[in-house]
Amino acid sequence: MREVAVIGVGMTKFGEHWEKSFRELGIEAGYRALLDAGIESKDVDALFVGNMSGGIFLEQEHISSMVSEAVGMTEHNVPALRVEAADASGGVAFQQAVLAIASGVYETVVVGGAEKMSDLTSIGVTDAMASMGDRSWEGLFGATIPSLYALVARRHMAEFGTTKEQLAHVAVKNHYNGARNPYAQFRREIKLETALRASPVAEPLGMFDCAPISDGAAAVVLTTFDNAKKLSEKPVVKVVGLGLATDTLALARRKEITTFKATVAAARRAYEMASIKPSDVDVAEVHDSYSIGEILAIEDLGFFKKGEGGPATEEGRTALGGEIPVNPSGGLKARGHPLGATGVAQIAELVWQLRGEAGDRQVKDARIGLAQNVGGVGGTAAVTILEVI
Amino acid sequence: MDVGIVTYGVYVPCYRILPEEIGRVWGKDGAAVGKGLMVEMKSVPGLDEDTVTISVEAARRALKRKPVDPKEIGAIFVGSESHPYAVKPTATIVAEAIQAAPNLTAADFEFACKAGTAGIQALLGMVKAEYIKYGVSIGADTSQGAPGNALEYTAAAGGAAYVIGRDDVIARVNHTVSFTTDTPDFWRREGMKYPSHGERFTGTPAYFRHITSCAKMLMEKAGTKPEDYDYAVFHQPNGKFPLRVAKMLGFANEQVMTGLWTPKIGNTYSGSMLIGLAAILDEAKPGDRILAVSFGSGAGSDGFDITVTDEIKNFNRSAAPTVKELTSVYKVIDYAMYTKYREKIKMEGE
Amino acid sequence: MPVPRYWRYQDQRYNLAGSKCGVCGGVYFPQRPLCPKCHRESLGKMERVTLSGEGRIISYTVVHEPLIDYEHQAPYIMALIETPEGPILLGQIVDAEPEEVEIGREVEAVFRKLREEGKSGTIQYGYKFRLKR
Repeated sequence: MREVAVIGVGMTKFGEHWEKSFRELGIEAGYRALLDAGIESKDVDALFVGNMSGGIFLEQEHISSMVSEAVGMTEHNVPALRVEAADASGGVAFQQAVLAIASGVYETVVVGGAEKMSDLTSIGVTDAMASMGDRSWEGLFGATIPSLYALVARRHMAEFGTTKEQLAHVAVKNHYNGARNPYAQFRREIKLETALRASPVAEPLGMFDCAPISDGAAAVVLTTFDNAKKLSEKPVVKVVGLGLATDTLALARRKEITTFKATVAAARRAYEMASIKPSDVDVAEVHDSYSIGEILAIEDLGFFKKGEGGPATEEGRTALGGEIPVNPSGGLKARGHPLGATGVAQIAELVWQLRGEAGDRQVKDARIGLAQNVGGVGGTAAVTILEVI
Repeated sequence: MDVGIVTYGVYVPCYRILPEEIGRVWGKDGAAVGKGLMVEMKSVPGLDEDTVTISVEAARRALKRKPVDPKEIGAIFVGSESHPYAVKPTATIVAEAIQAAPNLTAADFEFACKAGTAGIQALLGMVKAEYIKYGVSIGADTSQGAPGNALEYTAAAGGAAYVIGRDDVIARVNHTVSFTTDTPDFWRREGMKYPSHGERFTGTPAYFRHITSCAKMLMEKAGTKPEDYDYAVFHQPNGKFPLRVAKMLGFANEQVMTGLWTPKIGNTYSGSMLIGLAAILDEAKPGDRILAVSFGSGAGSDGFDITVTDEIKNFNRSAAPTVKELTSVYKVIDYAMYTKYREKIKMEGE
Repeated sequence: MPVPRYWRYQDQRYNLAGSKCGVCGGVYFPQRPLCPKCHRESLGKMERVTLSGEGRIISYTVVHEPLIDYEHQAPYIMALIETPEGPILLGQIVDAEPEEVEIGREVEAVFRKLREEGKSGTIQYGYKFRLKR
C-alpha cells in the first residue's frame, strides 16, 4: 500500500451562517484547501464528502452529486461519494480517501466535511440528532443524545468520582483555545462559574457541556506521499495510522458505558499501524460533543488511566501548555460542531499544528498528532494519526 | 357450574387534587363543597396515563393474583366513557399487553359509569354457555369535569379489571339483573370535551330510581332481604349518594362503608362500583354475600348477587396491592398542574 | 413514526419481549434474529422470552431539552435499568421526584403512553419504570 500525505487544508468559520447555503460553505472550504495545496480542480481525481444528514437538515440526499456539481467537478464527471457515520462522517470520509489513494486507484483526493444545521428550530435539531442513536429504542422513549451522554457522565461520576467542576474545566479550556482560533464559532474565554451555572440540558450536563448548533465546512487535499514531497512547499504531513471501529447503536446494549470501546479499538488499530504508543502523541483533537466525551476520549486513547480524565483536565494536563494538549482548536465546544464537518476540521487543525502554522494556539514541537472522531454516543470511532516529515 | 369472579385487579393514578384547591380557582368554598359531597380528594391521571394504561395495569394486577394462562382468555371488554380513541378499541391494546392475543374476541363498551359491569354481564353469559373459558371485563376512566362545574370536584381516574370464569371462582355470581330506561340525565356529544348533565335531575329520576329498582328486582329474584348481605356496594358518584340509596333500600352504613372509596379517590366513573367491590373482596371471607349495583347515566343499573367461595383462601391477593395499599401513597398537586395533566389548556396549533 | 414500524415492535414494547439464544442461552432485548456470539448457528433458534420488568437503576438523568412531541412532558427522568435476566433497559422513571432517584434503587416496569403523534395521529405506548416503594 502506498503512503498518503495531506498537502492542503481549508475551512470556513464555523457558526450560524444565515446567508450562506450548504453549497456555498462547501465551495469556500474546498477553495481554501486547494489554494493551500497549490493545486487546481483539474488535478483532483475524486471527491469524498462527510455529511451526516442532508436528508433531515436540508431535505436533500445525493450529497455526492450536489457537492461535485457545486465545486464545478461535474464538468469532468469526477468520482464522488458521501460517507455517513453520524458525527464521525468527516473522520470516516477522510480515512476512506486515504485507503482509496493507498490502494492505488486514485492519486489526489479532496475530502470535504460539511453540515448546515441552523435552518431547523432547536427542537428540530435535537430531534435530527436523535437519529444518531437508536430511534426505535432510545428516541421513541424520549432519550435525546445529550441525555445519553448524561447517563454516561452520571455513571462516570459514580464510578470514578468525576465532578461537575471537572466537566466544566473541559469547556473553560476549550473556550480559552477557541479564543485563539480565527475559525472558531466561540472566540471568548469563559469562567468556570459561567459553565457551572449554565441552564440544564440533561442533568448533570448543562449548556456549557454541550457543543453548539453549527454550520460549516472543512476540506483537506490528500495525495501520495511521493507526490507530496515533490509538490508541496510546506512541511509534508503523512498519514501514519488509521483505526475505525463500531460499537452498539444503543447505549443500553453495552456491558459498560464509562468506556467507549469503539475508541479503544480504533485507537489500538491506529497506534499499531503507526507503531507508536499513546505517550508519543504530541497533540490531539478529540470529540467533545459533550464535555464527558473529552474525559472519556483522553482515557480511552490511553493518555490517562480510566477514571483519571477528570482530574487530569482540572490540573491542566491537557491545556495548551500541558503535557498532552487536547483540542487546541477549541474542540467541538468552542470551534463548533457542524456534524459532518468536525472530523475533517480536526485533521485541518492537526495539519496546522504539525506545520507550525497554528499562531497563538501553537503547540510547541508538535510532530505527531491524533484525531479522534466519534459517531453518536460511541457507536463509531475513527482515530487517525498524522506525522510531520 | 359456578360462574363468577376468578380474580381482580385495581389501578388508581397517584396524583390527587383537593376540593378546596378547585374552589379557590372558581371562587367557591371548595372545602364546604367537598364536605357536602363527602369527597376529600380526587385522583388525577399523569400526562402519560389514560384509560388504556389504567386498564392494562388493572388487568396485569388481576393476572398476578391468579395464574390464568392469557391464551385461555376468550374475550376482553373495556368499558369507559374516556377511551383515548373514538375509533380504535382500548380492548385490543389490553389484549396485546397481557399477551392474550390473537385468539379472542374484544370490544369496547360505553354506558357511562356502568360500561364495565355491562361487560361482566356479557362475559357471564359467554362463560356459562361455555363459549369461552375466561373473559376479562375492565371498567376504567379518566373522566373530565368542565372547569368550574360541580362535577369537576369529583370526576376522577381509575379502573378495575375482573376475570370472569367458571369453577375456580373466588366469588360466585348467583344472579344478575338490570334496569334500563332512556333517561337523559348526563351525556356528552361526540367531539365535546366535557359532559353536560341535568343537575338535580341526575338524582331521583336517574341514580336513585335505577339503583333502587334494580336492587329490588335483584333481591326479589334472589329471595333475599338487605340483612342477608354482609356487604353492599353501589355506584358512587360522591360519598353521599351511596349511603342515601343504601338507607332507602334498608341497608346499614356498616354494610356499605368497606366498599365506599369515592371519598378518597373521587368518582372513577366506569371504575367506581368495581373498585368498591374490589375493596370488599380485599377483605371478604368465604360465605360472605355481596349485593353490588352499578349505575350508568342514560340510564341503567346492573345488579349482582355475589357469594364469596372457599377458593378465596387459595387466592394470592398479596401478589398485587389492595385498594387500601394502592391508594395510600399519593401526591397532591395544584390546579395549574391539574389543568396541564388533564389537557384543559389550549395548546399551540389548537 | 410510520405506523408499520411502530406496530412491528409492539409486543416487545408492551411485554418486554426479548430473545434467548437457543445455542448459548444469552438473553437480549430488544429481540434479534441473530445471536452476536453464535452467529449463523443461532439463525432460527432465537426464542421469544419476556423480561419480568424488575430492575435496578445504574444511571439516570433529568431531560430538560426534549424531543419533538415530548415538549410537555419535560423535564422527565430517563434511566438505564439493569435487569436480573441480563439486558439493560432504557426508560423513563415516572411518579417520582428527581431527588428520589439514585443509582441502585429498585424499579418495576409499568405500561404508559410514550407519546402522541399530534392530535390526530396514533398514541404510542410502551414501558416506563416506577420506583419500588
